[in-house]
Parts: sequence; structure tokens; C-alpha cells
Amino acid sequence: MTGSLAASDLSVRYETPHGAVHALRHVDIEAHPGEVIGIVGESGCGKSTLVTALANLLPANARIDGSISYNGIDLAKLDAHRQRLLRGDEIALVSQDPMTAFNPVLTIGDQLVDFQHHRKDLSRAQKRARIAAMLGRVGIADAERRMQSYPHELSGGMRQRVAIAAALLTDPGLLIADEPTTALDVTMEAQIIHLLRELRRDYNGIIIVVSHHLGVIAELCDRVYVMYAGEVVEGGEVDAIFHDARHPYTQALLACDPARFHERLDRLPTIPGSLPNLTQPPSGCVYAPRCDRAFARCATVAPPLVNLVASHVARCHAVMP
Amino acid sequence: MLAYAVKRIGLGLLILVLVMVAMYAAVFLVPGDPATVALGPRATPELKRLLIERMGLDQPVWWQIIEFFRNALTGNLGYDVWSNRPVSRLVLEALPNTLILGLTAVVVALLIGVPLGCLSVMRRGTAADAVIGVLSVGVIAVPSFVVAIYSLLLFAVTLRWLPAIGAGEAGDFVSQAKALVMPAAAIALGWIGYIARMVRASMMEVMGEPHIRTARSFGLPEWKIVSKYALRIAIIPTISLVAVGLGSILSSAVFVEAVFARPGIGKLITDAVNTRNYPVVMGTVLIMTAIYVSITIAADLLIARLDPRVRDVFRG
Repeated sequence: MTGSLAASDLSVRYETPHGAVHALRHVDIEAHPGEVIGIVGESGCGKSTLVTALANLLPANARIDGSISYNGIDLAKLDAHRQRLLRGDEIALVSQDPMTAFNPVLTIGDQLVDFQHHRKDLSRAQKRARIAAMLGRVGIADAERRMQSYPHELSGGMRQRVAIAAALLTDPGLLIADEPTTALDVTMEAQIIHLLRELRRDYNGIIIVVSHHLGVIAELCDRVYVMYAGEVVEGGEVDAIFHDARHPYTQALLACDPARFHERLDRLPTIPGSLPNLTQPPSGCVYAPRCDRAFARCATVAPPLVNLVASHVARCHAVMP
Repeated sequence: MLAYAVKRIGLGLLILVLVMVAMYAAVFLVPGDPATVALGPRATPELKRLLIERMGLDQPVWWQIIEFFRNALTGNLGYDVWSNRPVSRLVLEALPNTLILGLTAVVVALLIGVPLGCLSVMRRGTAADAVIGVLSVGVIAVPSFVVAIYSLLLFAVTLRWLPAIGAGEAGDFVSQAKALVMPAAAIALGWIGYIARMVRASMMEVMGEPHIRTARSFGLPEWKIVSKYALRIAIIPTISLVAVGLGSILSSAVFVEAVFARPGIGKLITDAVNTRNYPVVMGTVLIMTAIYVSITIAADLLIARLDPRVRDVFRG
């Protein structure tokens, strides 16, 4: 089954003994079948909270406001049981660190059989046959033998391939890859990106790729959302974001990407300042304290999401449609 | 795995030898030689010399130890000073009662303790978790002989549901099972609490690991995550705990067998120590040590079986 995904006015806060942490505030995103959506931003910007909310895996102390509509169902309003039935069936997650993503005392085959538990129509032998075929598809030679292996007997790159295979085995309508290459070295990263590019050709659901790596996003995605301090500050087609960024934060982020420097620099550029405290988010623009184009209104009034050309949006007082 | 097993068994044999050397040293150091104690103060010197020769006490201690092991290898553990019956026969008669008692206690403790620990984790932070926690600490704190005496008063004296002493009629399963209930419960009770706490603690740690999140992200039901994905890892410290704890279970069997006048190794060894019946003490200690060492080896092999990472450490 495939359907569209839309989060509207989505806010998530974590209740802690030191007060609520407003990790995600008034986020609007949408994704349609066949699209690959990128979510980019620095550490602590709310990327992981957003995808965790989409995958219905938020911890017990999280409170959610707004709606996540997937295929006409509001995921935020489902009870725990209905949410569980969607996980691993309609929605699959490839988690961050392939080194720790699998149970260390069960074989790969055993775990991948369990992960297909929603498919009551298949026998154990059929499930194993599907695993062997899928492992071959993600580029693992000797699939039969690898199913007998324990996770620690596989390399990091191989484990990430297995994680992707596990997610694809469930035929999800929504596939979320949370930092799929962050824990890998550069060669492995290139191979995994290549694999994801190949897979998207015959996959017609939604793929969401989270990364702090601009290159990964540029190579894989159709559209991008840039996040800062729990808000989506800019969104649009990959080309628009990378060549015509309008939000000062996106521009600063692109200016800091080492891949874009043509000559040697003595000192890598950085964005001065640090993230605001999310227990008390600022009343104005979240980026204003670090923004070199901020003016008086930025500190007091939260900027609206300004519609630019096509699907290009930016949350800034300084941009004009 | 095989090399590992061989290494562990070799180490176990070494422990056996060391324990017996220590036992001989202890007997050697205790004032009064066994022959005098056995025969009493008014024995004739001839009789005494005869017994000393028969027990091999005129030989140097190291020779006695070698003789002991040589005989033990052929199944001869010496003779009871009083009844002149072979020690191996005495031990073999007493052993089944104690093993049944100890194993029943451990199995019952595991069957109740492990699910309680799992339940605590699945209902963490709720009233059920708190009640299990308080009860666990409570039963750990009560010594097994206190449980033995109070249950004796309640179930045997007041209610007359269960027999107060003995191990039941030979060949009568129901009567033997009835006689087993209180002694086994007295030993098991504290262990239920111990195991429940242990399982809960290690399970809480495992439940925070990323692979549990993976299992959740595939929508696996919580009971399956707890019973398969978490328990297989969380049970490992509990196995070590129980294997080591079997030593203390067997020593609490000494008290419990005394309270319930239940024939068994515990009773055999207390009687033998009280009457300075050294061959019986030696033979019993050897067998008990051998059992204890085998259990520890079995537990280590079981852990290697459950955790492939441990297996690989010993393979490589």
C-alpha cells in the first residue's frame, strides 16, 4: 500500500524533571509516493525526533501535538497497539548505527524471519527464501551462509546492507533511513548511497533520508527540509535549496560544507554562536541570535513560513516571495 | 568450544585436588588424631595401632593424599569408622535426596523468579513492579532456616498438611513429593527474590540497547521482545549467579536437612563432623566439590552456547 505523508503543525516535547524540552515545534512536511525526502540539519536540530515521531517510536515521556497523516490515518492519534501494527508493515526504519542495530545473540536469518511477523500468509521457509533473495538484491554474496551468521561476524557496511534489506522485506509504504551512512567510513558510505539510489528505481513508496551530510542529501533526494532548533526553516526541491537557498541558516550551512571549497583554507568556516535552549524556545526567530542579517523584529516576532516559487518555502522575515 | 571445554575440565580437576589437600591439612592440624577420637580414651595401644595402620595414618600426609586419590579413581572412598560400611555407598545413598532437594529448589526458583523479573520490566514503574520489588527484597532477607521452622509450625504442626520430617516412603512418589515441598520451598524462597531482582536489573539494561529499538521498529510484540530478544542476553548473568549460588544452596541444604531430619548429604556431613568420622567427611567433600565444579563448568558451557560472542573468544 502506498499513500502520502503529511505532518502538519507537528510539535513534540519531552517531559523531563528539569522542565519540558520542546524538541520539535510547528513542523509541516509532506511527502508523496515515489519521492525521496531529505531532512538535514546539525546535531540536536530535531531530525531524529521528527523521524522517531513518524515511526511511532517516541519514548514514553514524549508529548505530541498536531497531526501526522499517513494514507488518510492520523498516526499521532492511534493507540499503541494500532501503532505497533503499522511498524514493520507500512512503516520501516533503518536505524542509525548498524553496529548495534541487531541483536548480538541471534542469527541474522532468525531476526529477519521475526521482522516479517506481519506476513502471516508466509511459512518460515518462504520467509527465509525472501530473505536470501533480498540479501542478494542489496549486494550480499553468499546470502544463505550470511543468514547463519551472527551480527558481530559481519562488517559495518554489510550490516547496514542487512538493515536496508530488513526494512525492504516488509514492503513498507514509508521507508525511513536515519543517518544511514554516518557510522560508516567514506568508501562504505559511497557504496550505501549507490545501493539506495539503485533501490529507489523500483520502489514506489516514500523514502525519508535523514543526514547532517549535505552531499548524501544532494545525491539521493528530490526534496529537502532544512531543520534548525526543532523547526523547519526552509524546504524545497534539491536544486532550489542547493543553488538558491534563501534562509540565512541554509546559506550558512552550505557555506560550511567542506565539499564545496575549491582551494585550501587555513581555517574551516563555522556558524558563530550555538543552539538556543529548547526548554525555553525564543519568542522570535530561533536563528536570530546567530543570524548576521537579523533586525529588531527577528528577536520578538516569530517569522511566518513564506511561500517562494513552487514548493520552495522559508521561515524568515528577510525573504520576499 | 571443545578446547574450551577441555581447559575448563582440567581446571576443575585441579580445584578438586587443591580442595582435598586443604581438607587433609585441616584434619592434620585439628588436635587429637582420628584413631584416638574413634576408639575413645580407653582403647588399648594395640587396637589403636591396628586402626592407625588400617586408616593409613602412619604414612606421611602427602602419601595419604595420593593414596586417597588412587583409591577414589577406583571408586573406593574408604570406610566409615563406626559402621565399617564403604563411604562411596553412604554417599550414593544420601546423594539422590540432596540432589532432588537442590534441583527442585533451583528449578522452582527459576520458574518463578525469571517470569517475575520479566513482568517487572514489562510493567516497570507500576504498582506490580513495586510489589515484586518489595517482596523480592523481603524473601531475600529471610534466612532459609527461619522459613523452614515457621513453615514446619504452620503446615506440619498446626494444619497437618505436610509431613514434618523425613524424605517420604521409599517408592511412594506422592509421599516423597509431599516431604519435598517444605524443604525445597525453604531453600527456593530467597532465590526467587534474588533471581527476580537479577533478571530485572540486567533486563532493564538490555532493554535500553539499540537492537531492542530495532525490534520495536519492526512492530514485534512486547512479550516477544522481552522473552526472546532481551531475555537471551539478560539471562546470562543469572546463569552465573545460580551456578555459583548452587554452592550456597547445597550448604543451606545442610541446615534444611537438619531441621526436617531429612536424610541427605547435609545430614551425612553434619553427623560425620560431629563424630569425627573423617573418611566420611573426606569422601562427601570430594563428591560435593566434584558436583559443584561440574555445575560451574556446565554453566560456563551453557553461556558459551547462548552467546556467540563468548563462543568466538574461545574458538579464536
